[in-house]
Amino acid sequence: MSQALTIARYAVQEAIRRRVFTVVLALTAVFVALYGLAVWQVFRRLDDVRPPAGIEPRPFAGATIFGLSMFATMFLGVVLGVFLTMGVVRGDAERGLLQPLLVRPLSRSQLLLGRLLAAAAVCTVYVACVYTALMLVTGLIGDWWPDRIALPGIELAVGVSFIAAVSLLGSVFLSATANGIAVFMVFGSGLVAGLLGSIGQALGSGTLKTAAHAVSWALPFEALYQDGLHAITENTAFAGFILRLGPFGGANAAGPWLGPWVAAYAIVVAALALTGFARRDL
Amino acid sequence: MAPAPAPALSVRGLAKQYGAVEALKGVDLEVNKGELVGLLGPNGAGKSTLVKIACGLVRPTTGQAAINGEPPFSAKARRSLGYLAELFRFPGWYSAVELLALHQRLARSDGGATERQALLRLVGLEDAAERAIETMSKGMQQRLGLAQALIGSPDLLLLDEPTSALDPAGRRTVRQLLEELRQRGVAVLLNSHLLSEVELVCDRVAIISGGRLVAQGAPRDLTRARGVEIETDTGRHVHAEATREDVPRLVADLVHKGESVYEVRLLRTTLEESYLEVVEETDE
Repeated sequence: MSQALTIARYAVQEAIRRRVFTVVLALTAVFVALYGLAVWQVFRRLDDVRPPAGIEPRPFAGATIFGLSMFATMFLGVVLGVFLTMGVVRGDAERGLLQPLLVRPLSRSQLLLGRLLAAAAVCTVYVACVYTALMLVTGLIGDWWPDRIALPGIELAVGVSFIAAVSLLGSVFLSATANGIAVFMVFGSGLVAGLLGSIGQALGSGTLKTAAHAVSWALPFEALYQDGLHAITENTAFAGFILRLGPFGGANAAGPWLGPWVAAYAIVVAALALTGFARRDL
Repeated sequence: MAPAPAPALSVRGLAKQYGAVEALKGVDLEVNKGELVGLLGPNGAGKSTLVKIACGLVRPTTGQAAINGEPPFSAKARRSLGYLAELFRFPGWYSAVELLALHQRLARSDGGATERQALLRLVGLEDAAERAIETMSKGMQQRLGLAQALIGSPDLLLLDEPTSALDPAGRRTVRQLLEELRQRGVAVLLNSHLLSEVELVCDRVAIISGGRLVAQGAPRDLTRARGVEIETDTGRHVHAEATREDVPRLVADLVHKGESVYEVRLLRTTLEESYLEVVEETDE
């Protein structure tokens, strides 16, 4: 384990020294500021907001804008996670960075574990900070708070870490650029499937809803996102409204099997990465 | 009677196939403790593949490699191994000491700052200890690579073109370093295209061509006599068929003719000439 922690520390140092954090934090600060401006504008003009019948303007405005911010949080977290992991194996091997490390008493599984720990830790802290900041902005300016405070943030962090793990798996087989493109396409597929689900809900199309549901479980970061969206208005009785939250996929409670499914899926991803890496000549 | 110690590096029947390309076709080679072996061969001969199999970066198709009797993938083998790749890169954002500290942790070396300073001094980088690697020249990075390979006092060093980016002074430093390592009992497999360098420092040379080991032996054993050259007041005379035993007679004949003899040299082919002969024969 200590070897994996050494690699994790190395990966975090790399992110800091290469100013990945500086760029991400600067962009995030700009995003949070713009979000604060939007929240201020929305709640300043609450009288102009026309929610569906039976829904108060404040929770309608708060849940809608905070739901949008959750998508942005996830997107930024995914960008960070993918950039931290997309070149870990083949990319670093092609550049000659990997070989000096792997001739040490360091197994390939320890290297992957260390890299995953670093990416997951960085992404989790990042998502937690951004999620908390946006929630505080919404709550303090608009006096609206999500029904579940922690769960949506946790699910976003798990979703982003999951994508980082998929990116790590992709790095075993693909060059850094190809892997980055592939992972973003997978991420986009999940979001588009969520959008199709929302369209299916609006049109009353069972086929679209079923397809979207299947894809959200096949790409469980989408199911985590939708469950997180559901959690922000969990105790509010306006299911028809909350289904429209979020630009790519509406709120859907995933039920008790999501956690075990994500864990099992992650184990399969890890096993594939370890098997592929063990067979790779460097 | 105690069993003979395992060689520092042993490869047996090593073959490697990359798709349709056979990089190695059954190579047997040993490097004993304290021995400095040069690995020669044309581009694409399979030298780097052999070295990579020896340090566990590439899996052989058939055959096996062992470091001190242990499989190259094992932690025990890797603890006794130092490696400098032909195409390597270190994180540019690290300083030299940070890089060595990382490798000390991974190699579980307890040498601390003393070891880092000693290694940087050994490769002439003591003044660049805190310098970012990305600001170093290629030659400095290669010297840092050597220092990195020596972390944890390995029993076996696998060096793949370690002097390709060095100037003549840097090459001499590496030669001196290799001689010092041999005195310390460190085994070295040196993969290099610089035949003169190999001839100067190696105890034994192995020549690989077309994925096969085509010749091996001490540099002197791989070269052959090619006559006697005698310098007199009338110029240089080369007797291509003459041997050492012919020298007194040749000198006496010249003196008898009234010539003044200034120098007599026994001629041998260089390692480069012998290498080219062996490789060309193999190609045919």
